[in-house]
Amino acid sequence: MNKDALPRWIDIGLLPLINLLAALIVSGIIIAIIGENPFVAMGVMLKGAFVYKGALGYTLFYTTNFIFTGLAVAVAFHAMLFNIGGEGQAMIGGLGVGLVCIALDSLLPPFLVVVLAIAAAALFGAVWGVIPGWLQARRGSHIVITTIMFNFIAASVMVWLLAGMLMAPGQMSPETRSFAEGVGLPQIHDVLNAMGFSVAKSPLNFSFVVALLASFGVWVLIWRTRLGYVIRATGHSERAAIYAGHNPAYIIMIAMAISGGLAGLMSLNEILGVQERVILNFTSGYGFTGIAVALMGRNHPVGILFASLLFGALYQGGAELDFEFQTITREMVLMIQGLIILFSGALAYLFAPLVARIYFRLKVPSGGGDG
Amino acid sequence: MHKKTLSDTGGADTAPPAIYLKNIYKSFGAVQANKDIDLHVSAGTIHGIVGENGAGKSTLVSILYGFYTADRGKTEIFGAPVVLRSTADAIAAGIGMVHQHFMLVPNFSVLENIILGHEGSSSLQAGLEKATKELQNIADKYGLQVDLHALVQDLPVGLQQRVEILKALYRGARVLILDEPTGVLTPQETKQLFEILRSLRAQGVTILLITHKLKEIMAVTDNVSVMRGGEMVAHLETQKTSPEQLAELMVGRPVLLTVGYDSAEAGDICLQVEHLSMRDDSGKSCLQDISFSVRRGEIFGIAGVSGNGQSELLEVLAGISALDAGRVVIGTTEISADNPATPAEVKELGLAHIPEDRHAMGLILPFTAAETAMLGYEERGAVSGRSPFLSPDKITRHCAKLMTDFDIRPADPNLKSNLFSGGNQQKIVVAREISAHPDILLVGQPTRGVDIGAIEFIHKQLLALRDAGCAIILVSVELDEILNLSDRIMVMNAGQNMGILVREDADVQKIGLMMAGLENTGNIATSLASEKKGGKHE
Repeated sequence: MNKDALPRWIDIGLLPLINLLAALIVSGIIIAIIGENPFVAMGVMLKGAFVYKGALGYTLFYTTNFIFTGLAVAVAFHAMLFNIGGEGQAMIGGLGVGLVCIALDSLLPPFLVVVLAIAAAALFGAVWGVIPGWLQARRGSHIVITTIMFNFIAASVMVWLLAGMLMAPGQMSPETRSFAEGVGLPQIHDVLNAMGFSVAKSPLNFSFVVALLASFGVWVLIWRTRLGYVIRATGHSERAAIYAGHNPAYIIMIAMAISGGLAGLMSLNEILGVQERVILNFTSGYGFTGIAVALMGRNHPVGILFASLLFGALYQGGAELDFEFQTITREMVLMIQGLIILFSGALAYLFAPLVARIYFRLKVPSGGGDG
Repeated sequence: MHKKTLSDTGGADTAPPAIYLKNIYKSFGAVQANKDIDLHVSAGTIHGIVGENGAGKSTLVSILYGFYTADRGKTEIFGAPVVLRSTADAIAAGIGMVHQHFMLVPNFSVLENIILGHEGSSSLQAGLEKATKELQNIADKYGLQVDLHALVQDLPVGLQQRVEILKALYRGARVLILDEPTGVLTPQETKQLFEILRSLRAQGVTILLITHKLKEIMAVTDNVSVMRGGEMVAHLETQKTSPEQLAELMVGRPVLLTVGYDSAEAGDICLQVEHLSMRDDSGKSCLQDISFSVRRGEIFGIAGVSGNGQSELLEVLAGISALDAGRVVIGTTEISADNPATPAEVKELGLAHIPEDRHAMGLILPFTAAETAMLGYEERGAVSGRSPFLSPDKITRHCAKLMTDFDIRPADPNLKSNLFSGGNQQKIVVAREISAHPDILLVGQPTRGVDIGAIEFIHKQLLALRDAGCAIILVSVELDEILNLSDRIMVMNAGQNMGILVREDADVQKIGLMMAGLENTGNIATSLASEKKGGKHE
């Protein structure tokens, strides 16, 4: 009953769908218990996520966040590193964006500032990822512990800076001044409207395109480059990697740098795409949800795209649910998200033995024996 | 087929058989591990079961010892039908087992180990006294002398095994199952074990010996059953069979047990080791002052009981571990503590390495065969494509070629490495390393867990490579393998070089003594005497 013996379409297609279904069934039962019709609620959620005016834009906006943080977790995971620090890496990435924009927006043309800001987002995130990587590789400090601690450090650094030297003059709230006019990412609805399509206003911006490019880049990196091969080899068997002539410490740091860089890019969506200034807590837990996204997407960019879309729809549709029903509160929506994370993340292989048994029963038993 | 039932040779035809199995079936999912197994082991005989890895021996033994329950079939022990649902059932039925890996607590005394789980009373002291008396009787009866108060961790492996046997007998075993008991023993210790088995037989104990070593079957058993593909393919009287016949039954086709060896002209020295010493991570010395040199076109065998520094030596030569003193010279390059080399650098010097542990090092199990077949060579454009990108086409073609050249089955480069059989996994590693055309090849346990057909193939490949002028350093715990292939043999004990023999001077007796760390038979006698002296303490 080897999991590997299951065909790929079951492992990466059917099982996640079954998990999702199980989560929805349990959520439905709970919604029924509090006296609402689960099917009506489901309909509202779907409409809220995809149908209402501008809904799809919002859904894809959230999706963008999850793509970045999901990819970040996935790249580290291929080196068998559990990067819990997406949250902190995204914050520090946002700090990088802010510093570049504030320092240069009066000196350089906006386009150049934006390009530099994108690079800064990746670079700052990478640095915040590579330090725990270095501690793991050289000092044996466990990456899970250090990345969690680095989230706290990042949060404190942001408070200290935004309430201190980066706080806009004459302001009371902990945030930077707004960037100069034009320093920001193009909005998708503006672009599409300019092209003649009529699209409702939404925060969806050019970051979404960057996220799609990053997904493709990660696929190329992991499956089509030497570095990706070595990252995977190190992840599966460190001894085999040493035997093959590689230095796991170096590979761990590289993988964490790439992972941190991807998490850092998440800040583009919020900081350059919407706020055009640095605010506190703009990461709102997207870094953590990225773990569930990567697990559900089986650490593959295509899977992560689908999982991100699902979570994006949940965020947006969930907000709609909260809005439409008196009894379904924000906490209720959080619970549904929690159930999906539970079933598709922590219990990812809950149904695998059952599915395997059914699959092998349906398949004509092929004799032979080695035991 | 050679199926036939035998009457026993060990006397008493009227007594019920010690073990009688009829139509035993066991499957795991779609895998039929045991199929229609019949077995008849006469009381008071030594009965061997041979078969390759995956033939179903372990499953059958696990059924007999109550680890698994058979799907169907009949089991009788001394004529009484039994259902063995747990090891407790098996012990109650009089079955004892000596596992391949000993189940002993190292920092407990022999006595404490033996009574573990059978303390006998709530007061430990009373239990210990009772057990001491009883064990003394058993030890006297079967000639199994061990110091009951010695700590298990201080005992040599051969004596630890004796403790396992005592433990089983203490629990009332009348049938003793030994699973690959000689894997960790020197030839002398193996001989002593066989003496013990014979004396147990003389006292009426029935012994079931599971092994893949045909020599041992021939040496000690009365009857032998052969398994292949989950089925019993033959029951034979040992005296009336031969290793060749057994091998053919195991594999299903005729095989060469020893590959024809031709001496070859050795060339220049290409690897030199001088006064090499190394300590492990805990600071314990594991290699001490080792010197030797290897020439082109020779196989340099390293013999020794597992765990006497051979693995460490291979890892030092491969650049995986750093040495502490002395030096290694490959060609004109010197490697020393001040001038260490990485595996990648050593590879550049023309060295290839078939590692001992193919699961942890040689292969990456979740990778496809094609990905595994480029491990360590992914930097070479010819194998993997133009830097920094990989060419899936090239990688697949490279693997497909290896699969054809080395007869790897199934010949599917996209199959995951862990879905190949042990023999084919090893062939992937061998193919990869040999196809790199090395000047020096390090080989660790090339045929561990490999089926006989693949062993023959791998041995032929190694000899062909030697004839092509490669220097091969071969580490194996299978002494026969070393003797069959090596031009010169170094014997290691406790991290030291016990001496180097040329092929003509090497024989099992001599090497066995060197493996035990002794130079002459006088020392063996003293070691036995000290064992006895230990026995007097109680």
